Amino acid sequence: MAFDYDKWIRPGKLPHIWCPGCGHGIVMKGLIRAMETLKLEKNDTAIVSGIGCASRLPGYIDCCTLHTAHGRAAAFATGVKMAKPEMNVILVGGDGDGTAIGGNHFIHACRRNIDMTYIIMNNYIYGMTGGQFSPCTPTGHKASTTPYGNPDPGFDIAKLAIGAGATFVARGTAFHANQIDKLIVEAIQHKGFSVVEILDDCPTTYGRRNKYKSVIEMMNRLKEVAVPVKAAEKMTAEQLQGKVLTGVLYKEENKPEYTSEYAKVIERASAAK
Amino acid sequence: MEKTLPKIEIIEKYCKGCHICVEFCPKDCLEMKGFYASVKNLEACIKCMQCELRCPDFAIKVITE
Ligand SMILES: Cc1ncc(C[n+]2csc(CCOP(=O)(O)OP(=O)(O)O)c2C)c(N)n1
Ligand code: SF4
Ligand code: SF4
Ligand code: SF4
Ligand SMILES: [Mg+2]
Repeated sequence: MAFDYDKWIRPGKLPHIWCPGCGHGIVMKGLIRAMETLKLEKNDTAIVSGIGCASRLPGYIDCCTLHTAHGRAAAFATGVKMAKPEMNVILVGGDGDGTAIGGNHFIHACRRNIDMTYIIMNNYIYGMTGGQFSPCTPTGHKASTTPYGNPDPGFDIAKLAIGAGATFVARGTAFHANQIDKLIVEAIQHKGFSVVEILDDCPTTYGRRNKYKSVIEMMNRLKEVAVPVKAAEKMTAEQLQGKVLTGVLYKEENKPEYTSEYAKVIERASAAK
Repeated sequence: MEKTLPKIEIIEKYCKGCHICVEFCPKDCLEMKGFYASVKNLEACIKCMQCELRCPDFAIKVITE
């Protein structure tokens, strides 16, 4: 049966603002399917974002939403979660928002292992502002600010999240639409800070500059580079050259979660009065 | 048992003409007609839902029993 997305979309909000073929819409649909699978209550669910094309996502969804300042989704979301630890708090945004201006908030949310889910749409570029390079733009690739090729190495968001202390880290792609909701479901169910990176496409500001002739070429690239973690176990280092692992990359269930730890602090402080 | 065909609905108000559904349909059931996606061969549809899943614009629905 066709999936009923309308239930989760604010009336009159479609069509959305994203360009033809922009993967952000595919990710938003995946998130909606995940929320439906988990039967999340709209009043108990907050979606929080910063600024960017990806960060426009909460505006479309009919639940509690918060569109904040550039890079600050994690800070605002932490406030929501601390005030209402029983809420499902989901952060969404782009690679620029999350790893450039918001990089600090991102790593500290990971470090605290606060029970929230962060969906980061990595299209390797600042889409909204016209295609400036981001910390995720691969070396040698072109952006409006690196017309002769980017000299910087790009961040591996998943590795960054694991290194900083996130306890659930997964990666999918906008091409593998069917997997997006499954990864998000697992991430939301995980108690602790969970990160789901979705490799995405920005045909308008990244594709054109980097010689992708069409949205389809960009989608085909995502199809080709993605290797599920299970399949990668049987591959040689040579075969894995240039590939990107997808699926659940990391899961740790024994690390203390921040709101639970903070509740203990409140208890200790109350007893000390 | 006779094969039941789905109903494929394309909402032109939402379709941005990106070609994704057309290119990645495994059975070549869809085509671009002018700016919009359109059904070319409904009989071949295997109801895999890939077009509906991948459309970034909520513009295609595969309605099955
Ligand atoms: C404090 C501040 N600095 C800069 C900007 C300009 N700005 C808006 S969106 C953006 C980058 C967005 O990139 P990303 O998060 O990757 O989202 P995308 O548009 O690619 O989806 C920038 C630099 C801003 N809005 N606020
Ligand atoms: S500019 Fe890029 S990221 Fe922004 S909506 Fe267009 S394709 Fe998507
Ligand atoms: S459901 Fe599958 S076979 Fe049918 S039109 Fe869509 S992509 Fe093609
Ligand atoms: S994927 Fe959606 S927006 Fe793109 S051509 Fe098909 S129906 Fe239109
Ligand atoms: Mg971006």
